[in-house]
Amino acid sequence: MANTGYDEWMAAIGDGEGYYLGCPDGHGSLPPRRTCPHCGASELTEEPLPETGEVVTFTEVHVPAPNFADEAPYVTAVVSFGAVKLTGVVRDMPNDEVELGTEVTADTDVNATTGEQLLVFRPADA
Amino acid sequence: MKDVRIAGVGLTKFGNLPDRTGRDLFAEAALAAREDAGVSRDDYERIYYGNFMGELAEQQGHQGPVMAEAAGLECPATRFEQACASAGVAFRQAVQTIRSGGADVVLAGGMERMNNLGTAKVTQSLAIAADELFEVRAGVTFPGAYALMARAYFNEFGGDTEDLAHIAVKNHANAMPNEYAQFHREITLDDAMESAVVADPLRLYDACPITDGASAIVLVSDDYAEEHGLDAPVTVTGTGQGGDKAALQDRKYLARTPAATKAADEAYADAGISPDDVDVAEVHDCFTIAEVLALESLGLYEHGEGIGAAARGETTRDGDLPVNLSGGLKAKGHPVGATGTAQLVEMTKLLRGDHANSDAVSDAQIGITHNAGGTVSSAVVHVLEVMD
Ligand SMILES: [Zn+2]
Repeated sequence: MANTGYDEWMAAIGDGEGYYLGCPDGHGSLPPRRTCPHCGASELTEEPLPETGEVVTFTEVHVPAPNFADEAPYVTAVVSFGAVKLTGVVRDMPNDEVELGTEVTADTDVNATTGEQLLVFRPADA
Repeated sequence: MKDVRIAGVGLTKFGNLPDRTGRDLFAEAALAAREDAGVSRDDYERIYYGNFMGELAEQQGHQGPVMAEAAGLECPATRFEQACASAGVAFRQAVQTIRSGGADVVLAGGMERMNNLGTAKVTQSLAIAADELFEVRAGVTFPGAYALMARAYFNEFGGDTEDLAHIAVKNHANAMPNEYAQFHREITLDDAMESAVVADPLRLYDACPITDGASAIVLVSDDYAEEHGLDAPVTVTGTGQGGDKAALQDRKYLARTPAATKAADEAYADAGISPDDVDVAEVHDCFTIAEVLALESLGLYEHGEGIGAAARGETTRDGDLPVNLSGGLKAKGHPVGATGTAQLVEMTKLLRGDHANSDAVSDAQIGITHNAGGTVSSAVVHVLEVMD
């Protein structure tokens, strides 16, 4: 299934050219969007996603949904990149080393269970 | 504006009932509510019905007419889908319809059939309450989402998994005498803290079970109750609803639920009460941390103070503010689309004095219910009062 707007955004993240949608008031959001969810502004522009973000919360999921059956236990984290936060799976580091404040970069990978593109975070110092 | 009274309430036993159809579950609850109300069949004007995942569980959409038939009624029936808050919003719609003069008698309720799917498919189905593109695809499960909030809470305000275990112990104890509850098993702090990790830091005993069940309530206008001499001592004095961004990542707060605060502020203002006036509460504890977030967002505790309420004995049966005397979603069970009105059934009975735990709140005048959808991107709060 194609999801126009989202697919292009994921591809850009995977190419190291991630972006978010900024409004004139400085709010950030992710596509597909026609209006800022925080203030309703309709003039949204693509702004470069900062290179690194910080883990603001995370969980190690032991009981997965079927779409992650082959991944568990895996760590899902919410990462702040300033104007926007992203949610993804942490890769390339042991689960028990993920902490609040861990610096990561955003990338994409393939979900081993579904074959779909998956947003992932990798340690920034790797 | 017309006052709205609760004329009758009904529940099924909650539990693991995989072979029962949704229509049969709802029929049982609706008929119990109709019998409790004693309202003539011809006087029912609307059915507002909550259900979350009927398409996934029974391949049944368009459930309104199906459930009207099950309830033995011939009136327009509309389904509401708002994840775990489906029945809460259905009830709110019933209140608003009667208040505006649109009807004098409304049946509100909800049903969810879940166990027939098995755990994996239920986990997948519950996840659709989250944001599909930005959360479900990133591995966020329903327990995982609340685990993200729990860790953020511990980081911002302190508290730990033992505090959460006290909530599980309390709610299991409350469910013991409740014949409708899924669990009748007291648990210890050790049981809770040694149970399997579902989504760190949350364990099995932090989570509500997978539940089949239904609930129903007959609401009538004050005028109708007077004219027909109904015994309907509980009045709905306040209703409120709030919303938030669908995905946690788009929220301002990860450890607060402002949608519930908006709903509560509206409901309190509607009823002309303040949080200090609340004698008893049924809150949406789909996970133990959710009870904490609810207490704080409802203004019953300051942010950061709710985590220790159960451990301090303040929200237990004998505490100053008993919370989830039904057993809560945690031990009574959580048939998703039925939960909102199930909470209102339990609160009505607590206030009327015919609940198994009514003796714990024999002087209670004012009770509130808090029903949340998803990670509280939807919240509905109601205020019920006993009229002397
Ligand atoms: Zn904006």
